[in-house]
Amino acid sequence: MEQAIQQLINGISLGSIYALIALGYTMVYGIINLINFAHGDIYMVGAYIGFALTTFFNLGFFPSLLISMALTSLIGVVIEKVAYKPLRKSTRITALITAISVSLFLQYTMMYFTGPQTRTFPMVLENRSLSFLNGSVVMDIKNIYILMITLMLMAALQFIVRKTRMGKAMRATSFDMEAAQLMGINVDKVISFTFAIGSALAGAAGVLVGIYYNTINPLMGSLPGLKAFVAAVLGGIGLIPGAVLGGFSLGMIETIVSANGGSIFKDAVAFLILIVVLLLRPNGLLGKTTKEKV
Amino acid sequence: MRVFNKGSIFKYIGIILFYAIFQVLLSTGVLDDYIELNIILICINIILALGLNLITGFTGQFSLGHAAFMSIGAYTSAIVTAKLGLPFFVGIMLSGITAALAGIVIGIPTLRLKGDYLAIATLGFGEIVKILALNIDYIGGAIGFNDIPQYTNWTWAYGMTVLAVVLIKNFLNSYKGRACIAIREDEIAAEAMGVNTTFYKVLAFAIGAFFAGIAGSLYANYFYFIKPDSFNFMKSIDILVIVVFGGLGSIAGSIIGAIVLSVISLLLQSVSDLRMIVYALVLFGIMLFRPAGLMGNQEFKIFKKGADANGSVKGQ
Repeated sequence: MEQAIQQLINGISLGSIYALIALGYTMVYGIINLINFAHGDIYMVGAYIGFALTTFFNLGFFPSLLISMALTSLIGVVIEKVAYKPLRKSTRITALITAISVSLFLQYTMMYFTGPQTRTFPMVLENRSLSFLNGSVVMDIKNIYILMITLMLMAALQFIVRKTRMGKAMRATSFDMEAAQLMGINVDKVISFTFAIGSALAGAAGVLVGIYYNTINPLMGSLPGLKAFVAAVLGGIGLIPGAVLGGFSLGMIETIVSANGGSIFKDAVAFLILIVVLLLRPNGLLGKTTKEKV
Repeated sequence: MRVFNKGSIFKYIGIILFYAIFQVLLSTGVLDDYIELNIILICINIILALGLNLITGFTGQFSLGHAAFMSIGAYTSAIVTAKLGLPFFVGIMLSGITAALAGIVIGIPTLRLKGDYLAIATLGFGEIVKILALNIDYIGGAIGFNDIPQYTNWTWAYGMTVLAVVLIKNFLNSYKGRACIAIREDEIAAEAMGVNTTFYKVLAFAIGAFFAGIAGSLYANYFYFIKPDSFNFMKSIDILVIVVFGGLGSIAGSIIGAIVLSVISLLLQSVSDLRMIVYALVLFGIMLFRPAGLMGNQEFKIFKKGADANGSVKGQ
């Protein structure tokens, strides 16, 4: 019982990070149908910016988080303008390879400037933990921060998408880009805005993972990036609640698998789930099936 | 198909002459070991790219897990030649067959998916194969498989490359190959015309996997040593890049793509720190300025002539 609660706590923290990255994937996919492979690397860049701010500028946790989010959203917009916009009319496979080239570029540029070694993220939060049930369940203060920040960011995202004009434009563009354009929506602006928000969330996830695991390296983005994509597909790609559900489910499943002695297989489990979900419910847990028309 | 006619005899002579020239240059030591290594790598890449081109370029099924089949082939060959001590030919054939069986087993369920979903499912399959290989102690696990006998040489590599080109080209000129091309052009229309789409998709997948297995076998028996990480997601991407760079749906394109990209990566070795950055920029440049690849879906004159004689449809 205690162990189950402990795993729940760990699973939620891991799931929060997946969910934050998955949100960016899902929003971009929802609007321009592109699997943005560079998204995982934006998360890596976010972690490095957080690292630089806390180590070299001695900033606190919250200022670093906000500056990191601002900078990654800028990077996201620049990537969209430079790399994806010229290829918007091209085929899927071209766009996908472009995304991969952007991903490689970010990884190895970062490696060129910072070196391939793993770096230690400084302790920016006080090292305090709460124990429950006579100390058999330990909840680190970091877990609470991660969950709270994730929930706040998700609430903010939900507000933007549901209540603002820009959010309405995003939903319209995602539903039918051409019709949205005919209704006077500036589609380019909407796409840039989507990249900005998605990248900011990834940047936040990067800083959070930095404080959670304390280590960062230039290639840290690729596997979590893929897994966050799995999470997005699991929940139903293109759906914001789906990404959250998928992220938390994947975090929980991975924690449960590694706790039960399967830690070496935990990455395989994520992809196995992906294949099973794709076969049974290709549109994800929350997705609706659409009939194909000739 | 007539095997011998005036045009084709020159082609056969050309193929044999090309082999003989390199064989002489390699055995007399004009071309050193380093060049031989790169030539064999180019052959392996050509075989991989041809297999993937059949799946992605000709049948239109988007696969991001091609390295997994190479991995299966490499490990099969390693077990057959190193652990069981059987001859290399058996290793190559068993590698191809095991990989093709894996292709069928994976293809039957996943090929119901379309586009991006299929890409992601195959990506997941590739990761699963890698993680399994990492955790099976019999084949060395994460440490890798050591002491594989070195059988691969120019003769084997070239022979297998020619075999792959000939078999895939003839497959595409057969009615089965045209069924595959029909699926790429319009799956629903193809189905309406009576093409059994599932069967042909799985068939293309199995043939592509077969050649990936052979390439894996050549790889394992050239480098003595294989480890699961050599066949990761990036390897699949490398193969895909060759195919797209050469031109989706062009056999000549895959060959040229493999050669050009290998040469580019060779030239970049002198700037090893910047290698991947330049590679990424080159990739981006190609996608931006030449998204259809070097050859588009065209073939060389020499390839075209043979195709016309058989009354083939050319890609379109």
